[in-house]
Amino acid sequence: MSIEIKYFASLRDRLGRAGDRLEAIDGLTVAGVWATLWPDAPLPPNTLAAVNLDYAGLEQPVADGDEVAFFPPVTGG
Amino acid sequence: MNIELRTAPFEPLAELARYQAGLDNHQRGQYGAAAIFIGTMRDANDGEWVRGMTLEHYPGMTERQLQRIVESAFQQWPLLDALVMHRVGALQPNDPIVLIAVWAERRATAFAACRFLIEELKSTAPFWKREDTAAGPHWVEHNTPG
Repeated sequence: MSIEIKYFASLRDRLGRAGDRLEAIDGLTVAGVWATLWPDAPLPPNTLAAVNLDYAGLEQPVADGDEVAFFPPVTGG
Repeated sequence: MNIELRTAPFEPLAELARYQAGLDNHQRGQYGAAAIFIGTMRDANDGEWVRGMTLEHYPGMTERQLQRIVESAFQQWPLLDALVMHRVGALQPNDPIVLIAVWAERRATAFAACRFLIEELKSTAPFWKREDTAAGPHWVEHNTPG
């Protein structure tokens, strides 16, 4: 198992890929996932996050098998 | 209650007629008000002509978030039924984007719940618009005020 990360819309275009995989470590949070994958790029302002298909705060814990998503403000409707 | 994502153009009024016919099978005489919102793609935005649009979503989370929004409306108001239909994929100007319909005993309830559903959808459901303009494609950064 590992953590599956997904990026959407303008964030995916900016990063140049639709997702990543990361090995879980103890004490990992949503913010920690981003910082591990993008050590040189701070999370863009207004970026939203989800864990297992529900909105999540940056300090929410992330565990093995979770799906984490990062995306820009939504613009549907 | 029905929540649906559509990958091809749809006719909101035909969908509404079909859904209400089904509703009338078991709730005939119960509702006194239906409030309906239909959102349609415009051919201009922020002073630019828009030739087409792509609506991206987050499969799994989008459906789940729409379900949460509808459940929240049912918790807040005594609703009889609700219908939410939203397009994804490639759209052209004048294509319907979203249909929301709410049935209730009274109009105040129906109006309030319908307004709540579209505003919550616009601010929390994971959809993203990419517009195709003369200057090239670009992502819409924020929604227009209600």
